[in-house]
Amino acid sequence: MSDQAAGRASLADLYPRIVKPRAASGAPANMPDYHQAHRTFTWEAARGLLDGLPGGRGLNIAHEAVDRHATGPHADRHALRWIGRGGGRRILTYRDLMIATNRFANTLRGLGVREGDSVFVLAGRIPELYIAVLGALKVKCVVSPLFSAFGPEPLMTRLDIGEGRVLVTTEPLYRRKVAAIRSQLPKLEHVILVPEDREAATEVPGTLDWRQVVEQQSPDFVIPPTSPEDRALLHFTSGTTGRPKGAIHVHEAVVTHHITGRYALDLHDDDIFWCTADPGWVTGTSYGIIAPLTNGVTSIVVEAEFDAATWYGVLQNERVSVWYTAPTAIRMMMKLGTDAVRGFDLSALRFLASVGEPLNPEAVIWGQQAFGKPFHDNWWQTETGGIMIANFVAMDVKPGSMGMPLPGIGAGIVRRNDDGGVSQIDEPMVEGELALKAGWPSMMRGYLHEEERYRKCFAGPWYLTGDLAMRDADGYYWFVGRSDDVIKSSGHLIGPFEVESTLMEHPAVAEAGVIGKPDPMAGEIVKAFVALNPGFSPSEALRRELLGHARKRLGAVVAPKEIDFSTGLPRTRSGKIMRRLLKARELGLPEGDLSTLEGDVR
Amino acid sequence: MNAGEARTLIVDVLASIAPEADFDRLPGGAVLRDELDLDSMDFLNFITFLHQKSGIDIPEADYPKLSTLDGAVSYLTR
Repeated sequence: MSDQAAGRASLADLYPRIVKPRAASGAPANMPDYHQAHRTFTWEAARGLLDGLPGGRGLNIAHEAVDRHATGPHADRHALRWIGRGGGRRILTYRDLMIATNRFANTLRGLGVREGDSVFVLAGRIPELYIAVLGALKVKCVVSPLFSAFGPEPLMTRLDIGEGRVLVTTEPLYRRKVAAIRSQLPKLEHVILVPEDREAATEVPGTLDWRQVVEQQSPDFVIPPTSPEDRALLHFTSGTTGRPKGAIHVHEAVVTHHITGRYALDLHDDDIFWCTADPGWVTGTSYGIIAPLTNGVTSIVVEAEFDAATWYGVLQNERVSVWYTAPTAIRMMMKLGTDAVRGFDLSALRFLASVGEPLNPEAVIWGQQAFGKPFHDNWWQTETGGIMIANFVAMDVKPGSMGMPLPGIGAGIVRRNDDGGVSQIDEPMVEGELALKAGWPSMMRGYLHEEERYRKCFAGPWYLTGDLAMRDADGYYWFVGRSDDVIKSSGHLIGPFEVESTLMEHPAVAEAGVIGKPDPMAGEIVKAFVALNPGFSPSEALRRELLGHARKRLGAVVAPKEIDFSTGLPRTRSGKIMRRLLKARELGLPEGDLSTLEGDVR
Repeated sequence: MNAGEARTLIVDVLASIAPEADFDRLPGGAVLRDELDLDSMDFLNFITFLHQKSGIDIPEADYPKLSTLDGAVSYLTR
């Protein structure tokens, strides 16, 4: 073993393993013996946990999530329990949700929307968003959720690539972000605005009002025959270069959503589940909408943004039993300390999970101090459609590790060879690229209109994740970093190119390089380095102007948090900005091999 | 610090985070996160900068009290 590997091997034992009791207390785990489950698992059996459309007409996500419960003993169970920003509550039983989604499906039909058409949703966490997503899936539309904190630029790019025909949004979001770009989206035919509660109907030119077009529709709808390979979801993700990529998922993905809900989140029939992610991102769709509903549990939806006291109140008042959240939120709660948790009755809480970026060991352990249970980190990405590697309820936790592959998922650490192939690394705690054996149900079926970029994700039997990781001798996986320049901020992937392009649109900017700067709260924050055109000089006023420009176009989550002026940016001889070098300088790290560097810009 | 000084300080800090906003038209009771499109990191920076520039300690439990302009002014001047 090399020195490097030896150093890393000790990392795996740096924090004591959290040993799980062998005798189950409370609900027995869905997967009491990981290794046995891994050996005996088949996707056919997982598929058998779902009903399929009546009469053998195929497999549709919305049927598994809604209709099959609404027509069975769970009809009156709460499917969604929504807690509004002002403290208001709305409850939809499975029966209510079936009727509401049927009405929306009929609305789309009435508008002439057909199978395969794209329906985009852009809204905060409001019930109509969930209704629109599931209703559109019933019509076999391709549903694409957009994050409501995006600015006009990312929205336009995504609506354009995805050829959105319908957009469901709210009046304020439409006015602020869509109205100005509408004329550039010729394929966007119908915009449906959800009115604010109790408000008069929306009256915005060129748009439809939700209540007027949806609520008079028939409550009956029959889902047409659906092939498991029919397209269902389009989730955008960012690459290092070029436009965002639209990862296509099909209805068969529900097999993964469902089984991972059972195994990785340990969902039981009587659970109250809260996924804090926004449905504008893949976690908020796969686990904020689909997985809890296919498992027939009650799902909590909280409209307000993170606030520790509000969150503890939700956990207590709703008797949340399974909670799926994210590292940034956990670290903010840690800042507040364990005292803030005392006084809340969190006795219903039995399983805590986290996703979005690697969860630091301190945060895993803090879960134990604050809630009496560790946070269970898991790993997946937009392209995988569902959880791939996880810490499980009945398995010891090694703090800092992302856990082990789900049953049915083959994972490996590989090295890319010069011939385009890969070879597997078997030695423990040696860094390589995390790869998954292609072929699980929720694997993306393509990047929309980007066949070449899709093909590049595969080598032989492997899907290459772009994430660097290691595996220890016990089979636990450890995240190392990204193999490319994509930025991971508060669990969201941000493509540096998208940010650089927007900065370059400003007349003062000659060139821009954007990196992820490590941050104790967010994992990374977006930091931009800009070189100015002649006639412009660095000043606080100009910095603010560029920041404002970026925020208006990109929205708060994508725009840089820091902008530095630089006299010139390092480029390779072929002209690419060397983001890695910018990052090394920012961090004061060795700059490595500079032999391909263009000119002297240091 | 009087209310006028507090307001100037708060607006200056906000303008360094969300410079595109029109602060003359910012309603005192509006939720800053929504009105100015601040994400959680922006809001955290807002609190951190306020603390650095005013010297006033703002424990995490008090963050909700600074969710509006009026709320932040009364917090800094209490």
